[in-house]
Amino acid sequence: MAVVEFKGKKFEVDEDGFLQRFDDWNPEWVEYVKESEGIKELTDNHQKVIEFLQDYYKKNGIAPMVRILSKVTGFKLKEIYELFPSGPGKGACKMAGLPKPTGCV
Amino acid sequence: MAKHKTPLLDQLESGPWPSFVSDIKQECDSRAKNAKGVDYQIPADCPDDLLGVLEMSYVDGETHWKHGGIVGVFGYGGGVIGRYCDQPQMFPGVAHFHTVRVNQPSGLYYKTDFLRQLCDLWELRGSGLTNMHGSTGDIVLLGTTTPQLEEIFFELTHNMNNDLGGSGSNLRTPSCCLGQSRCEFACIDTQQLCYDLTNTYQDELHRPAFPYKFKFKIDGCPNGCVAAIARSDFSIIGTWRDEIRIDQKVVAAYAGGEIKPNAGAHAGRDWGKFDIQKEVVERCPSGCIRYEGGKLEINNKECVRCMHCINTMPRALRIGNDRGASILCGAKAPILDGPQMSSLLVPFIKAEEPYSEIKEVIENIWDWWMEEGKNRERLGETMKRLSFQKLLDVTNIKADARHVREPRHNPYIFWKEEEVTGGWKREIADYRKKHQK
Ligand code: HEM
Ligand code: HEM
Ligand code: SF4
Ligand code: SF4
Repeated sequence: MAVVEFKGKKFEVDEDGFLQRFDDWNPEWVEYVKESEGIKELTDNHQKVIEFLQDYYKKNGIAPMVRILSKVTGFKLKEIYELFPSGPGKGACKMAGLPKPTGCV
Repeated sequence: MAKHKTPLLDQLESGPWPSFVSDIKQECDSRAKNAKGVDYQIPADCPDDLLGVLEMSYVDGETHWKHGGIVGVFGYGGGVIGRYCDQPQMFPGVAHFHTVRVNQPSGLYYKTDFLRQLCDLWELRGSGLTNMHGSTGDIVLLGTTTPQLEEIFFELTHNMNNDLGGSGSNLRTPSCCLGQSRCEFACIDTQQLCYDLTNTYQDELHRPAFPYKFKFKIDGCPNGCVAAIARSDFSIIGTWRDEIRIDQKVVAAYAGGEIKPNAGAHAGRDWGKFDIQKEVVERCPSGCIRYEGGKLEINNKECVRCMHCINTMPRALRIGNDRGASILCGAKAPILDGPQMSSLLVPFIKAEEPYSEIKEVIENIWDWWMEEGKNRERLGETMKRLSFQKLLDVTNIKADARHVREPRHNPYIFWKEEEVTGGWKREIADYRKKHQK
């Protein structure tokens, strides 16, 4: 597995650039990933999505369904793509440090 | 000289059927020679390493692709199936081996110009290997690296005016039979409808917003050449509701042996002289055909439009003139709770541009399933869990005898409270006034 270094922090990641361990997440991770996910400036709205994903994951052990993400954050799917161009799975979940989405993707 | 020894795969080069091994080897050679001087953007020996890893899987009987993979292009949540080899040192050419789904034209008609342009693109930026086509219908570009994905997408959209197909928990790429383009059985313009639905629902196709995957397929008649009833959550199947058109003169020609039954489909074997009574009349599932005194009659009120008589005598019998489609819902593969074929929801609907009636059914179902469907629950399973009655309610369709093959045999019948005089609020004390404890 590859290890990336950024601002003195080390992160173990897989080929797709997802964190291997949720516990390794810290704010530097978001800084590091944002460019590869097509994000120039991080806004409060990005933070809101990331925080909700982390919260939900800690409580439920899974990522929320898209519909729940939309309902709780108040962002329509279109707005989520405006914030995270590669979408809630590849974009937001990756930045939030959640495990890689699985299944018939 | 082949890069890897492939003694097991080499055996698949014998025999009469077109060998995928010979074809891949040919592509290996072509890339090694590089007669056109292509500046290959992924390893030139990618297909060699594919054969290498495949041979390894043949030897140990196990796959050598890692689990999953999440890659894509900005703006979309699907379209690319990421894949990584679990022996990247041994087979560096397929360390990345992502699949790109490209939306195909309805009915799969092509011009060589288009295919050449696509092949040029794929030769430069991919493995040179494809699947024509994936089961859902997409053109499948088989094997490239992550940095090439945006490049391929740019060229596809800017130079070829073509988009990606679908993947993930969304509307997948719709597909159809070739319909009216060259089939006299087609009751609807399947290609037009498929194209229209694909364009109307681009957002739903590119950005997963559903509890799970959802597929449309469109057959022009009950023969089901695209297998809509078995392979799509929303199956549209053409039909008619007036009378089968009979040309008695041509019936006589069939009877006289001048025209081969089933357009000669059984010519490979001697089945004896064509016998309309035996092969058509007695095979009709409704028993609604009569053939007497050289005249064929159909009691269309009892006809279930199974296609048998038309399939057998295509030049004498033709579909009716009042055409439309049936809509069936819920087909799925076994996972999780068992396989399903689609169940009849709308017996007859007109299928004419702009297809508003059909779209209304689709959107009513989505509104319901997107809200009520559980995580990774196909529509067919939601129907099982929440009942067919609920599906009828949300689509505003009145229950009808045609919705069932047979009525239920158990008496676990739910009533709506408003249907029951007095409702559900009862006082036990009132009851006790007449019935002692
Ligand atoms: C302590 C008293 C009783 C108990 C614990 C009892 C319990 C049961 C049970 C467990 C069943 C089977 C349920 C099933 O198949 O799922 C049953 C069926 C039945 N019982 Fe009783 N029962 C009692 C008294 C009575 C009495 C007094 C009557 C009639 C006067 C009666 C009439 C019936 C009938 C008609 C069925 C069959 C219902 C059907 O086939 O759906 N039972 N009973
Ligand atoms: C005088 C007492 C009872 C009577 C007369 C009675 C009667 C019945 C009857 C007639 C049925 C069949 C219903 C049907 O097939 O539609 C039934 C089912 C059943 N009863 Fe009772 N019952 C009694 C008490 C109990 C008690 C105390 C229990 C459990 C604590 C119980 C548990 C069940 C269960 C589990 C079923 C099967 C339900 C199903 O298959 O959906 N019953 N009972
Ligand atoms: S499904 Fe019917 S209309 Fe479509 S190609 Fe097959 S036979 Fe023709
Ligand atoms: S279409 Fe089928 S049911 Fe109808 S008359 Fe022909 S054989 Fe009979």
